[in-house]
Amino acid sequence: MERVKRIPVTRIEGHGLITIKLGADGEVEEARFHVTEVRGFEHFCRGRTVWEMPGITARVCGICPVSHLLCSAKAGDAILAAKVPEAAHKLRRLMNLGQIIQSHALSFFHLSGADLFLGWDEDPRIRNVFGLMERYPELARDGIALRAFGQRVIELLGGRRIHPAWAVPGGVEYPLDEERREEIKEGLPGARRIIERTISLFEENLPRWREEIETFGDFPSLFMSLVAEDGTWEHYAGTIRFVDAEGKVIADRLDPARYFEFIAEAVEPWSFLKFPYYREYGYPEGIYRVGPLARLNTCERMGTPLADEVLSRFRSLSGGKAATSSFLYHYARLIEILGCIERIERLIDDPDLLSPRVRADAGVNELEGVGVHEAPRGTLFHHYRVDEDGMIQWANLIISTGHNNMAMNRTVQQIAARYLRGGDLSEGLLNRLEGGIRAYDPCLSCSVHAAGRMPLVVKLIGPDGTVIRERSLR
Amino acid sequence: MSSKVRVATMWFSGCSGCHMSFLDLDERLIEFAELAELVYSPIVDPKEIPDGIDVALIEGTVNTTEQLAQLREIREKARIVVAFGDCAITGNVPSMRNPRPRDEVLRTVYGGGEIPGLEDGAVPALLPRALPLQAYVRVDHYIPGCPPDADRIWKFIVTLIKEGKPRLEGEEIRFG
Ligand code: SF4
Repeated sequence: MERVKRIPVTRIEGHGLITIKLGADGEVEEARFHVTEVRGFEHFCRGRTVWEMPGITARVCGICPVSHLLCSAKAGDAILAAKVPEAAHKLRRLMNLGQIIQSHALSFFHLSGADLFLGWDEDPRIRNVFGLMERYPELARDGIALRAFGQRVIELLGGRRIHPAWAVPGGVEYPLDEERREEIKEGLPGARRIIERTISLFEENLPRWREEIETFGDFPSLFMSLVAEDGTWEHYAGTIRFVDAEGKVIADRLDPARYFEFIAEAVEPWSFLKFPYYREYGYPEGIYRVGPLARLNTCERMGTPLADEVLSRFRSLSGGKAATSSFLYHYARLIEILGCIERIERLIDDPDLLSPRVRADAGVNELEGVGVHEAPRGTLFHHYRVDEDGMIQWANLIISTGHNNMAMNRTVQQIAARYLRGGDLSEGLLNRLEGGIRAYDPCLSCSVHAAGRMPLVVKLIGPDGTVIRERSLR
Repeated sequence: MSSKVRVATMWFSGCSGCHMSFLDLDERLIEFAELAELVYSPIVDPKEIPDGIDVALIEGTVNTTEQLAQLREIREKARIVVAFGDCAITGNVPSMRNPRPRDEVLRTVYGGGEIPGLEDGAVPALLPRALPLQAYVRVDHYIPGCPPDADRIWKFIVTLIKEGKPRLEGEEIRFG
């Protein structure tokens, strides 16, 4: 009988490997999610200037380049220690809102849409965005249009959709102008209509996904994100909050620049990706999740009317406690898209967006700086030390997806334990394993900034350690 | 070409920005699906590289032993191999690690401690250097850009399919 399965995963942003080890009784003993490459950003950034870092680190990831761009610029702000003009903060916020929209739309429609709407047992040749176009052309068009809107916001601000060289330490290169602002405004009503219909569609389908909600990573854990001063949902500034599975705040107003006081990282010999945990609770008890699900669990409100209405429906699912199923990341993503659109509506007429004062010009005033913000997938940290000339001496990047490493492993374990019977790797099981990982929308491109790529392969390992069967999911 | 062109896309060591730029074709993705079938790609499900690929677009540098094996396999199976984006063409950002020895890179990343990920060969080995595609195989065409923008990708695909030869010129062949 086969004992080890290797399953590579596709339709995630990157490559990953799952291994499942069977015990002597043929039941799942252990299931793991591996990351399999190193790129070495922390190393080769040494000797580059702090001004180059936004452009270099954006290349960590083409899915959320804006996250690295902004986070790196913010670490640079801390090193310049100059007052960044308010207009620059608002412009950066606007770009980040556009990015959350595009990235969440990509995850929901282009990558997970086929799982959600075509089903787990559909022909693998059509279980993808092109299959979705054929079967549900309207839904697919909506996804394309919504992602395009988010990408267009980025392009109108920074001159290009991917890797705009626009945010810099001290601010941004240039503001918006009337014409470009009008274009963003024109796109808003359409984007709003799309997300409203998609949320209705998702909610209508929720009863159908009961089993997925129970098995795709439903377990207690902590949740971490930035929240605003008054506890409102936040994506660009604010302080760190942790809540537990009951929804209780266990740590609040933590200074993100001192992340190393509350986050520690474990290393396992079988993955390049490190395992961060909440320091006080130790490893592995300190397991926490980040990203859309976490942000909705930590915040008190979205802070915009429509998103708050949907948030209260989302909360009623878990009876006031934290939502603990990772399947609900999908729902959380839609709510965040709605919130981001409402925030753009609110921000877009601000006269500051056209202000010419968008950059503080300064030299190196501090030798160390931390940038933090909420990337689409969760809290992102860039931490640099520089010399007097602003040359990077040391860099540490803590990537959003990395925080979810333990949770993704536990999810794989839960799904394998539920669906793997008699050591048989059925299509349905493989598809669910992939789907479980996809719910996190892991950005393996980011995760391997240090290490490398992450093909998702499932390996079935016998009690004696031999590989019985191996399947690549990519 | 009457029947659909069989296209594969692959992602080695890159940031996936080139793939994202492909998705920036937006509505043109629907037209793409009329001209071509994506038979293998990070955005579709098939797990094995199929035979009889017409065009393979490859993003990223060759960074691990596994990627090198895959590159050789796809070169065998694809009629036309395209280096898709600057990383695949020049090495770009991922090759910035090359001046230093590989183990030093790993040690920095893991804070000087133990280097993980090597248990039972679950993780493919890093090659000594991250190199572009043509260091290992014949490359038929190049689409420069970091990433190439969607218009450039579209023109490449359409001219390749309709005229049998891609026609990129002027600004369209600029790096960066
Ligand atoms: S060429 Fe640029 S966009 Fe493409 S993978 Fe490399 S870094 Fe990313």
